[in-house]
Amino acid sequence: MLPQFDLKDPQFESRVYGSRTIIAILVVIALLGIVLVRYYTLQITEYEIYRTQSERNRVQLQPLPPRRGLIFDRNGVVLAENQPSYILSVVRERVDDLDTALAELQELVSISASDLETFHKKLKRSRPYEAVPLRFRLNEEERARLAVNRFRLPGVAVEAQLLRYYPHGELFSHALGYVGRINEQEAQVLEETDYRGTFHVGKVGVEKYYEDILHGHVGYQNVESNAHGRVLRVLERFAPAPGKDLTLFLDYNVQRAAFDALGDRRGAVVAMDPRTGGILALVSTPGFDTNLFVNGISSSDYAALRDSLDVPLFNRAIQGTYPPGSTIKPFMAMAGLLSGLVTPDSTVADPGWYKLPGDSRKYRDWILRVRGTGHASRVNMKLAISESCDVYFYDLARRLTIDRTADYLSPFGFGSRTDIDTTNERAGVLPSTRWKREAMGQAWYPGETISAGIGQGYMLASPLQLAVATSVMASRGQRRVPRLVMAVNGEAAPAPTLEPLQAPAAYWDAVFDGMREVVHGRGGTAKALAQGITYQMAGKTGTAQVIGIPQNSVYNEAQVAERHRHHGLFIAFAPIEDPTIAVAIIVENGGGSSAASPIARAVIDAWREEETPG
Amino acid sequence: MSDYVRQLPHHGSRDMAKRQSTAKRFHIDIPLLFLLLVLTAYGLAVLYSAAGQSIEAVIRQGRYIALAYTIMIVGAQISLQTYMRWAPWVYMAGVALLVAVMLVGVGAKGAQRWLEISGFRFQPAEVMKLAVPMAIAWFLAGKVLPPRFFAVMGALLLLGLPAALIVIQPDLGTALLIAASGVFVLFMAGIGWRYIFGAGALVAAAAWPAWMYGLKEYQKQRILTLFNPESDKLGAGWNIIQSKTAIGSGGWTGKGWMQSTQSRLDFLPESHTDFIIAVLAEEHGLQGIILLLSIYFLILLRGFWIGVHAQSSFGRMMAGSLTLTFFVYIFVNMGMVAGLLPVVGVPLPLVSAGGTAVVTLFGGFGILMAISTEPRGTVT
Repeated sequence: MLPQFDLKDPQFESRVYGSRTIIAILVVIALLGIVLVRYYTLQITEYEIYRTQSERNRVQLQPLPPRRGLIFDRNGVVLAENQPSYILSVVRERVDDLDTALAELQELVSISASDLETFHKKLKRSRPYEAVPLRFRLNEEERARLAVNRFRLPGVAVEAQLLRYYPHGELFSHALGYVGRINEQEAQVLEETDYRGTFHVGKVGVEKYYEDILHGHVGYQNVESNAHGRVLRVLERFAPAPGKDLTLFLDYNVQRAAFDALGDRRGAVVAMDPRTGGILALVSTPGFDTNLFVNGISSSDYAALRDSLDVPLFNRAIQGTYPPGSTIKPFMAMAGLLSGLVTPDSTVADPGWYKLPGDSRKYRDWILRVRGTGHASRVNMKLAISESCDVYFYDLARRLTIDRTADYLSPFGFGSRTDIDTTNERAGVLPSTRWKREAMGQAWYPGETISAGIGQGYMLASPLQLAVATSVMASRGQRRVPRLVMAVNGEAAPAPTLEPLQAPAAYWDAVFDGMREVVHGRGGTAKALAQGITYQMAGKTGTAQVIGIPQNSVYNEAQVAERHRHHGLFIAFAPIEDPTIAVAIIVENGGGSSAASPIARAVIDAWREEETPG
Repeated sequence: MSDYVRQLPHHGSRDMAKRQSTAKRFHIDIPLLFLLLVLTAYGLAVLYSAAGQSIEAVIRQGRYIALAYTIMIVGAQISLQTYMRWAPWVYMAGVALLVAVMLVGVGAKGAQRWLEISGFRFQPAEVMKLAVPMAIAWFLAGKVLPPRFFAVMGALLLLGLPAALIVIQPDLGTALLIAASGVFVLFMAGIGWRYIFGAGALVAAAAWPAWMYGLKEYQKQRILTLFNPESDKLGAGWNIIQSKTAIGSGGWTGKGWMQSTQSRLDFLPESHTDFIIAVLAEEHGLQGIILLLSIYFLILLRGFWIGVHAQSSFGRMMAGSLTLTFFVYIFVNMGMVAGLLPVVGVPLPLVSAGGTAVVTLFGGFGILMAISTEPRGTVT
């Protein structure tokens, strides 16, 4: 045992301690040096990066979505407006337990299974600090209940948003179209900046066609907001430019009259002012409640609309194309006059049927079935129109040939889009030898010319096209592009016109004469309309075959299924001396024109009532 | 020493002598007191802004600080012999309380750290921050220094037991802090380099198994986040991204007192507690950081000075350990907020809001003052 080894040596201890202290101080200096260098790097070297980041944290550029323009009818009746709608949304990050929170919310407001499903779908795709909508269109009571319970619902927000609302729902569904949530394809096409903060866009109809005008321009505000995204103050504000309001040519009462007259039948009515080209009524039934689409239609509602046999989503007025049937006859008559092949007084022998030279096939006149003979031994233009004589027009069509028929009919707007200011318009078919070669790769058969003469066969026209053609007729050759929008923010919208169709007054008079007799004549095919009428109406009935009827057999309405019955058509304008309205009507499977013609009377009556002062 | 000064009439003015003697009589270390006053005053100014200009927060913290100063002054009056006598008993009581925490403690956020006695909550681990180094210093003081093998092993046992009890609470940060305070005692006692390097090698070797089996998922996450905060921008990385943004955006001069946008707009979490340095850096810039580091550095130097001039082995070891532990707070907190170290719950000493740490630290400064005014000739 070495005693000095076990003895404490204060001198030595203190020397060791001193050296340890120096080491400790050096280590402290080194480590504090590292800390200082770190702060120097952050604050001096990388200052710009963090300054920018801090500023970006603090100041946010928030888009201010513009208010969408309103839509009125010609008399100022609101057809599309914006209503504040309250949305319940949840910020995931700020909710402790989502399931508990949702359960609590369900006690306060009704949340459907599909709401929840959409919510969870959206939740997956959003960042934790983003507000995910859970319920739309909260009512007053629900809002109050949420407000009272707000303190125990962190992360739950109720926000107001302007939503499109169509006060008349189904009545104007096909005339206006609707807006809906912007989908991914649309998001790629739309101007990104202008649609910041906007969730809806016009999907079809006027809402889509006039999207640019209705939308307006986005505004911005620079706001200081905290980490939870709550705005603390507005630093700068650039107000949005609201969308412009549209005033339509549509007349609520005329539209209503057309809609009511169609009732629960499938069909379409287009009424047009021949003086301006303005569309007074555009109805396609059945329609649908456009409000369903604004915030995303539920899949069951959508399936019901899509799968309905009545195809309510289909706009018959502009997308539906039908054989015009006998409604083509006044236009054929005009073609005959212009070509010089007929005069107002020239006649055709009518045995009740027609044969092509050197062909045994008999083309029957509809009258043969009724009377067993023709309309008269010889038929002139007036009678041919008023009693809808087929033989007269078989003969005219044969002599005119199909290509010249097409030439004469195209100025009336057949076979091409009318360029109306809405979407999804279809052009129909104005057949010609060239058309058949291109469309079907086949040669034209002479027999086809005969049926074309009475608007059967390949020819197809939409109710809108028929209305436009009737309007050209009514205005004695003035050709106007049909318009839905009359004024933008009170300023008249441009009304494009086309080269007029030139014809001597006598020609127009002759055709008008025939069309007057349709309604007012003793043998007129729509003479029932004349009852109690106080003005002169020109009209023409038509029937379009839905199924082919074999040669020598007879169409028996009672025997065919409802959906195989003929379509009833009718065109009209009034008053004859100075027409203010032209109408085209189709009633699908209406059986015949008598289903359609009373609708014209109702529509024209409604319009005349609007026009009469006082 | 006071007698010595009084006996030398040519040494300094009468005032000087009198002040020193007053300070001496109340066992106050004037330079340390002055530095602490500057630091706590600056700290309260930063806190006022960081807590959203809340005067209540400042008053609450002011109360803690007043209590802490009282504890320091009271602690300074107790002689080192008394501390030594108490050291083993306080240590044993502390261990007993840690066991009690394990059995009947109350917890928060999945950790069981608190004891509740008639509504008063307290954290035994906090007591151990002083009790462990004191017990080890007591243990080594009687031994030949530098400590031999068995002394080292005994010391390690003394620090290992409470550290293990705290790890299972679990509170890894505090456990490491306590272990470090014990290790510092050993280091200042002059423990051989072979132990130091051996321990270093052991830690390095244990790192991989510890990562695989020892650390909890959230602890691993914190370490991973340190290396790549962008990987989890809204989760664990958020704190670090936002605190770095706060610090960096302060630049050289800072945005000005009460102009911190990161904290005022709630981007910076824990802005008045563990992350308060970020507010200081944002508002006062690198200038403020340098000022703060200077104050800290002077306190550390004073602590080392007191250690070097201590009269006893116990005093020396305690002074060194307390000073180094104070430094660890500074380094870990400033390092973690700046993204150098993983996020652990260590406050910025004497600046962060909260009473516990302040009281413990000032308890340590009380002991430091007791050491600095220890009468000459105490040999233990």
